[in-house]
Amino acid sequence: MAEKHAITLNANGKDYRISVEARRTLADALRDDCGLTGTHLGCEHGVCGACTVLVDGKPVRSCLMFAVQAEGQAVRTVEGLAKGEVLHPLQKAFWENHGLQCGFCTPGFLMLATGALEAEPDLSEAELRDILSSNLCRCTGYQNIIKSVCAAASEMRACPPSADR
Amino acid sequence: MSWIGRSLPRLEDPSLLVGQGRYVADLARGAAAVKFVRSPIAAGRILGIEAPEGELVFTAADLAGVRPICPILHRPDYIAVEQPVLAKDRVMFCGQALAIVVAADQGLAEDLAEQVFADIEAEDAIIDFEGALAEGAAAVHAHAPGNVLVEGKLRSPGLDAVFADAAEIVALDLRSGRQSAMPLEGRGGLARYDDISGRVTLYASVQMPHMLRTGIADTLMMPESDLRVVAPDVGGGFGQKMSLFPEYVALVWLARHLKRDLAWIEDRRENFLASAHSRDQAFSVRGAFAKDGTLLGLDADLKSNVGAFSCYPVTCGVEPLMALAELPGPYKVAEYGVRSRGVTTNTGMMAPYRGVSRPMLTLTMERMMDVAARRLGLDPLEIRRRNLIDTFPHRSPTGLVYDEGSYKEAMERAAEAIDVAAFRERQAKARAQGRHLGIGFSVFSERTGYGTPAYAARGMGIVPGYEIVSCTMDPSGFVEARIGSSPHGQGLKTALAQLIADELGTVPEKVRIISGDTDATPYGWGTFASRSMVIAGGACKLAAGKVAVRLKIVAAVLMQAKAEDVVLEDGLARVVGTNLSLPIPEVARAAYHQSHRFPEAGPGLVENATYDPGGTFSNACHACIVEVDVETGGVTIERFVVAEDAGLLINPMIVDGQIHGGVAQGIANALFEELVYDETGNLLTVSLADYLPPTIAEMPTIEIEHLVTITDASITKAKGVGEGGAIGAPAAVLNAIVDALSPYGVELFQMPATPQRIRALIRDAERKAHG
Ligand code: FES
Ligand code: FES
Repeated sequence: MAEKHAITLNANGKDYRISVEARRTLADALRDDCGLTGTHLGCEHGVCGACTVLVDGKPVRSCLMFAVQAEGQAVRTVEGLAKGEVLHPLQKAFWENHGLQCGFCTPGFLMLATGALEAEPDLSEAELRDILSSNLCRCTGYQNIIKSVCAAASEMRACPPSADR
Repeated sequence: MSWIGRSLPRLEDPSLLVGQGRYVADLARGAAAVKFVRSPIAAGRILGIEAPEGELVFTAADLAGVRPICPILHRPDYIAVEQPVLAKDRVMFCGQALAIVVAADQGLAEDLAEQVFADIEAEDAIIDFEGALAEGAAAVHAHAPGNVLVEGKLRSPGLDAVFADAAEIVALDLRSGRQSAMPLEGRGGLARYDDISGRVTLYASVQMPHMLRTGIADTLMMPESDLRVVAPDVGGGFGQKMSLFPEYVALVWLARHLKRDLAWIEDRRENFLASAHSRDQAFSVRGAFAKDGTLLGLDADLKSNVGAFSCYPVTCGVEPLMALAELPGPYKVAEYGVRSRGVTTNTGMMAPYRGVSRPMLTLTMERMMDVAARRLGLDPLEIRRRNLIDTFPHRSPTGLVYDEGSYKEAMERAAEAIDVAAFRERQAKARAQGRHLGIGFSVFSERTGYGTPAYAARGMGIVPGYEIVSCTMDPSGFVEARIGSSPHGQGLKTALAQLIADELGTVPEKVRIISGDTDATPYGWGTFASRSMVIAGGACKLAAGKVAVRLKIVAAVLMQAKAEDVVLEDGLARVVGTNLSLPIPEVARAAYHQSHRFPEAGPGLVENATYDPGGTFSNACHACIVEVDVETGGVTIERFVVAEDAGLLINPMIVDGQIHGGVAQGIANALFEELVYDETGNLLTVSLADYLPPTIAEMPTIEIEHLVTITDASITKAKGVGEGGAIGAPAAVLNAIVDALSPYGVELFQMPATPQRIRALIRDAERKAHG
């Protein structure tokens, strides 16, 4: 077995000192070593996007990145979206617009949309559709996902949430 | 104030939105990892299996004494086949489990699995109908020569006469590609062993937890009470998570054998290879039509490739027998002849997937209507109008009784919404510019909410159908309903809470629905077949209604009124025509703590109820507009309209969500997804990138029109809605493609209608046109 590397993973503003093999993916490290199981694995080969997290603000498929590569960068996961009891506008919009059914794809879509809207708040519906086409959902037919993201986008434009980084 | 009919945001969502969902893999920290070593060969003899010394590796020899999985149909034409937990002497399909390895974590288990070698003498694999049904074909199962595991037949006496007299006979050969239900979360299980009691708790991503417990207990010959099955949050199922799979038996066996906690979390490749498949069907159908377009008779030869084994508990009869029973769909057909076969091959096992046979049945009938209309010079809607059922109850030629529905009305509503006349103008203009637009319709029935009689009629050894619900109001006025259904994304808990809140005059937030735990819920059948809102809903309504009766008796004594004058609403027990009222929690507390005062009600507020209905039929019409790029064969869906009648809508937002998701899967079936085996039986489509599930880029906006027919066949007045989207969409899409290509005069009878297939049709047509 390969030797383990001691690294510090910064997730949602908190440092996790963990020891991982070089081959351990960021997704596995988040889930198994940090206990952040909100990040899901739907394929582990980079297609479904269920594992999407933000690394230094950019959406990343955490099944395609090694944990050791993420050292020194700020990782954000679905667990870090809400402020205490207050849901992020995207979470609220997904709830109000029935943007989820089984919920397995939801963390990935939430992080993808968060990354996109923080980088560019004025995305049109067509641009958002284009971005969201990188993730898969098997339950919703996407209709209420785009509805939720558009609703959140306009709310975020009206009162931008302070990004926690 | 009524909660029924409101688009209440779901009670399930808050935990899922903040990353606090509990899917089975989320519970598995600290458990040893289990990995299955799978056969790379589709058919052959196992000569030996080599494994490294001193490691935890198990083969069929270790599992001696474990019974095979062998579901039964009591039909003379059914041949039962045994599915061993691990392949013993022979492998039957590529992906079948040969050995189990156990290691400290997933990575180490994968390393170990790579060191296990199976020596297999490969034989020719039988993959498809041609191979399986050929004269002198080898038998996939030695005791089933001919490779037909189930064969239903039916022939009404007047069939030949109507074909002799027909003005037009339409003969079609249709083909549906093999699909995977492809839930985004694969299968998975965590078996926890309790040292003190020796009991195992199996957390598993499943739709039928009680059935799974029975199945595992039977194969391991252990008392059911030594096993608890829990379905935690489940990331979609669509039928794929109904069946008893060998992996779950193995997990419980291992936990008892090794006395430790173990987890198996399926990966995507494994899900494609070894989880259930469906829809690999070939139909040859003839329809006899009168001059005026009346469908006089149907004669059908239906084949379903059921793969190597028979799924437990519904068996490999599920697709063929559904096809046999329901082919006529929403149409009046006096004479019907059918032969429907389940054909076994060296491929993955068929099991139910959203719609079960009906996407293909609907494609068959709807393509037939369009072809017949063209030949008889009728409008496609007019020929349907002349044949759709319109008097109720309607009895089908196979004896199914359709309750009241709105078949014609739904079609008219869809046609109006999509505006056929305006489209035809636009289509003509576009054609003049060399663009190919087309419109297609699909009318269908969705049989839902059927109880034991329907399953008994199939001859199933295990007869599912009823639901038992236990409803309690506690002394603080909160309600718990324990259900045997096992929702996994549908939002059933919210809808049931709305229903119960209305019965008990409370709010949905005070109603907790408990499901998916064999220790905490009455024996029940789980969530599948668009049944839960009808059956679990009906049982909830009955059980809550019984609790309401008791509450009213108690409230009547407390307020010195008559029980029949007490109503429960807005959190109060009120005496009508007076200003007397009491908060319901106060009444509830009295029911428990002052029970000596209410001998008529008895102590406490706990009631059970069972509901086992005969079934109901939802109906709908899908209409869509597509554009076909004749250069590439690519199809773009421009509009998609659904006019749906699912009876009373308990939560319209949830119903719409079911339709959206179902239509997306139907479009996937029509245009994109197919599991493809090569000639040796090796599955080629083992990643999501090969299988091509649609993304948002391929999905149109779905426009929904609701019709509401109130039925006596469901006590909640709700009809099921889970499958309709997937059932109706493929036919609408294919009909629209054919309409778009009408200048070429091509016909299309195969799904998925991939760009390659569409281009091939166009090429052939052009070749013919140019002589
Ligand atoms: S799990 Fe990472 S893309 Fe699917
Ligand atoms: S909600 Fe189930 S996969 Fe998206």
